[in-house]
Amino acid sequence: MKLTVDGTATEVEPRPGQCLRTLLREGSCTAVKKGCDSGDCGACTVLVDGAPVRSCLYPALRAADREVTTAAGLAPAGCLHPVQQRFVDAAGFQCGFCTPGMVVTAAALDERQRADLDEHLKGNLCRCTGYRSVREAVAGDRDPSTPPPARSGAVGEAVSAPAAHRVVTGTEPFTLDLADGDVPPGLLHVAVLRSPHAHARVRSIDVRAAAALEGVHLVLTHHDVPQVLFSTGRHQDRLDDPDDTLVLDPVLRHHGQRVAVAVAESVALAEEALRAVVVDYEVLPAVLDPHRAGEPGAPLLHADKDADASRIADPGANLVAQLHSEVGDVASAFAAAHTVVEGTWRTQRVAHLALETHGAVGWLDERGRLVVRSSTQVPFLVRDELARVLDLPRERVRVLAARVGGGFGGKQEMLVEDLVALAVLRTGRPVQYETTRREALTALPTRHPMSVRVRLGADADGTLTALAVDLLSDAGAYGNHSPGVMFHSVHESVATYRCANKRVDARAVYTNSVPSGAFRGYGLGQVVFALESALDDLARELGLDPFAVRRRNVVVPGDRFVATTDPAVTGEDDGLRFGSYGLDQCLDLVERELPRGGDPVPDGPGWRTGSGIALSMIATVPPRGHVAEVSAALLADGTWELNVGTAEFGNGTTTVHTQIAVQALGTTADRLRLRQADTDVTGHDTGAFGSAGSVVAGRALLTACERLAGQVRALAAERFGADPAEVVLHPDGVRCGNRTATLADLHAQAVRATGRGPRAEGRDDAALRSVAFNVQGFRVAVQPATGEVRVLRSVHAVDAGVVLNPVQLRGQVEGGVAQAIGSALFEEVHRHPDGSPATTSLREYHAPRAADLGETQVLFADTVDAVGPLGAKSMSEAPYNPVAPALANAVRDATGVRLRELPMRPDRVWRALREVAERA
Amino acid sequence: MDLNAVEDIIPVRDRAALARAHTGAAGTAVLAGGTWLFSCEQPHLRVLVDLTAMGWEPWTVSARGLRLAATCPVAELAAVPARPGWAAHPLLRWCVRALLASSAVRSVATVGGNLCTALPAGAVTSLAVALDGAVELWGPDGSTRHLPVEELVVGDGRTALRPGEVVRALDLPERALRGRTASRRTCLQRLGRSASLVTARADEDGAFTLAVTAATSRPVVLRWPAAPPAGRAVRDVRAAVQEGPGWFSDVHGDPDWRCAVTLRSVAEVVEELDRPGGAS
Repeated sequence: MKLTVDGTATEVEPRPGQCLRTLLREGSCTAVKKGCDSGDCGACTVLVDGAPVRSCLYPALRAADREVTTAAGLAPAGCLHPVQQRFVDAAGFQCGFCTPGMVVTAAALDERQRADLDEHLKGNLCRCTGYRSVREAVAGDRDPSTPPPARSGAVGEAVSAPAAHRVVTGTEPFTLDLADGDVPPGLLHVAVLRSPHAHARVRSIDVRAAAALEGVHLVLTHHDVPQVLFSTGRHQDRLDDPDDTLVLDPVLRHHGQRVAVAVAESVALAEEALRAVVVDYEVLPAVLDPHRAGEPGAPLLHADKDADASRIADPGANLVAQLHSEVGDVASAFAAAHTVVEGTWRTQRVAHLALETHGAVGWLDERGRLVVRSSTQVPFLVRDELARVLDLPRERVRVLAARVGGGFGGKQEMLVEDLVALAVLRTGRPVQYETTRREALTALPTRHPMSVRVRLGADADGTLTALAVDLLSDAGAYGNHSPGVMFHSVHESVATYRCANKRVDARAVYTNSVPSGAFRGYGLGQVVFALESALDDLARELGLDPFAVRRRNVVVPGDRFVATTDPAVTGEDDGLRFGSYGLDQCLDLVERELPRGGDPVPDGPGWRTGSGIALSMIATVPPRGHVAEVSAALLADGTWELNVGTAEFGNGTTTVHTQIAVQALGTTADRLRLRQADTDVTGHDTGAFGSAGSVVAGRALLTACERLAGQVRALAAERFGADPAEVVLHPDGVRCGNRTATLADLHAQAVRATGRGPRAEGRDDAALRSVAFNVQGFRVAVQPATGEVRVLRSVHAVDAGVVLNPVQLRGQVEGGVAQAIGSALFEEVHRHPDGSPATTSLREYHAPRAADLGETQVLFADTVDAVGPLGAKSMSEAPYNPVAPALANAVRDATGVRLRELPMRPDRVWRALREVAERA
Repeated sequence: MDLNAVEDIIPVRDRAALARAHTGAAGTAVLAGGTWLFSCEQPHLRVLVDLTAMGWEPWTVSARGLRLAATCPVAELAAVPARPGWAAHPLLRWCVRALLASSAVRSVATVGGNLCTALPAGAVTSLAVALDGAVELWGPDGSTRHLPVEELVVGDGRTALRPGEVVRALDLPERALRGRTASRRTCLQRLGRSASLVTARADEDGAFTLAVTAATSRPVVLRWPAAPPAGRAVRDVRAAVQEGPGWFSDVHGDPDWRCAVTLRSVAEVVEELDRPGGAS
């Protein structure tokens, strides 16, 4: 049939059940993205004869003789459609995976529809921005008094992402947006058979019929994989995570665990092969309740493992990790306290919902090396573990990432690369595995559900005298990230408050559930929810103002960070310092701004209003090592090359790194070539997690660029017979007094002298770390009859040190708050009592839409950090952490009812209010 | 998403071709807009019979009322112009907007598709039962029958369709279109999937109809010769649901809450229509 795509007519032969999206993508039209594959996210939106449609729902055959327009065809090549320009000017994206669909949707709106974006953007999901900037871009009502971000600028300026033009036109390639020549010909596809039971053993598995199908190249079962235990969770020190996972395991410990893998000429054939696999399962008793998992007689998940070799605290009690620690004398302090408050808070299973599902494509390069291009936050750590599991020398494995379509911690795991690598090695062919949204929601890690009991004791004036946390974390079936999340969850949270007597009891237990993993905040959010709620209760008991009780107790410079141990007693130094302190400013800012403005109370009877605040502290870099090695070089043509390991997934590190180089090298962004997220470009990079991308690699890059600039100055000084200090770098060359030289000339001079151009390296190991602060305030209205919680006002103050890029930082904060509002009010991965999934598509998982979110006012404290690069601190996961308790505290203020379980859905709020009313 | 097990899509242009293609075989399904079929895995389907080539007029108006073809895009419902006396007309647009689906989906999704998917929150189902809608069904043997929509949708995702039967059209009678209506929708999120949809209609002769969808697995419709007091309507609805399908429970809302918000809405719509000149 004939199909015209972005003005070019083509002849295509769609398959009968094919949707338009895959037809377009198979034709290298990669501006069309797969987000949900069920018509719910809008990432695949295209115009068909001028009308917007979801190309994932649109039968490809129906597009015969029609004209399809994608984001790449909205404007002539090299130009931007006005809507695209507005997305650039408003910084209306972060990872940018939703942007092509968003832009196409927006371009088709008329004036009347643009006036009702709640309704007309409700089908377009953005997981990164929180929609304020998206609305601004779509509505075209940007404040004209502030100029749009520049395309190039130094540190501190509002600079747009270097990829902005490509992102808004859909031409920036993501992981599986392959262009001709990216991958050798002969691509095969992976499909995975997943466990239908929460706990079972594969008695027998017969793949003969599947393997015999034409077009099927390989079927893998547990018989065919390396018997090497590993963890999908990735850290600088691989020993942080328990080795309890096999590529394919005969024991299935959760619904959705891999059972068998088919590799075939197409996804359809691979799926057909899986339908022909015959499995005999021995169903085993399962434990889904973490409270039961540690009891005697509970089914054991990893009793076959050696505790020491696998680093599992107690496989005989389903115990992944535990921590019991006391500072001071908590029992006596509680006994002597004037007031004691306590409660148990629970958090649910939350999905990251990065719009780009996990995926990877692998092949053998001309030297026979295994190459894997993956949607990962940690290419170097994946490379190292692939080499280990597959018993290959590290030099034989290369891992790289293109732009990644959202991470939120979910891609600090090795979830697809092992299968792709194994399939490439076994078949010798290039192999791709793109997980489905269903797999992402039902089989891949989520945020850790936790149950957190908090007790606080205080003097009559509100000074904390005792603080006890008892935490149970549901690790799910595998231990990936569970020790790290557990330890981190009770660290900065408990250390936030000065208190002489502290006790922490924490356990992470295995259950027959989908594994929990790294998620924005890395455990802090769950404990901060409990702690900040309890503190609010304490303030009420004592009749104190919520700001005052916090000011009285928060740590200040000069204090030690005491969480589970006192460094003064142990003599240990984990490198954490007050590099700067802006918590006082953040509290002042929220206290001043929260009462101002905001939406009116909604129409209708019975609405009650109230306010609440919460704060959180976070270390600017994760503990236990975070390393970045970068290099910078002057090229022969007078431009600069930067080699950085960090991946870009909407975290904005690329923008910040570019700004650092622009400043240090006296150049402009268009003269920089940043090569990134590739194990071939630099020695090591621990990865973009724990908010480390900007600060750790940023410091390394600053060092490299300053050294490189020094080399170039020295060359010029030698040339002019001057002092290097007199040499000034500018975009086209150097100046020394009234003498000038081009950068190309200096490069040539260096080559003549040393045989190579100027090049410098930088390394940072984050030996010292600082602390950053966030304070969130909400005013809400609650309708008791329906349980609806409406946010009337949201204010968030951050202490991020020197602001490297105000537009980008504002976006990170807005996005973090938005994601946290989703977790606090709506989101939950549901399952049936037998552990089978009840949330299988985006329709059963409500991530916030534009209509769900108002604007959050973002305020910056004015501090300069002594540890971070150029005075800056990281600020990417932290805004998430204080949001849920601030909302719960506001609901408490409005209704008198304390909600201790997330999400605070209307049905739960309604029930809680009714129960209190009935008791009264 | 790709429906990888599908081997054939058969476009049909007349009733005879439809009967030949759609005999009620297990691996065959009817395709209209495709927005639900293509939104989830369909490993059991081999053949799709495409109705969109039947060339049915999306909607027609006669003295008997409004006829919506099964293949009428849902979005077009909102564009059907009002006729003199159609006090219920705003309900068309209201129900379209009650759909979780975005406008890009609603412009492709069809009236028949929404009815046959039989989701509790199906907004066309809500519209149909609010206005005494009935479907014309074509059997594979050439037979034709008519069924009120409250009898077509019998449970969550279940209909009274017989094997090979196809919805030809939805008829909304003139009498109902002339009634005054009031409606309420509740969901866990703003503009989310409906957890409770309540519509009330007062006809010109005073007859009163109340319909609950979304909060129950199938529509619950109550009729009175004259508007009941709000308290009685609430009691009757509560009893009808309890004796009938019960309050629905899924990830879009717990049943006790659905009961509470539905009964609240029932009282509100009855009171709204009770006010002289109130509502539309």
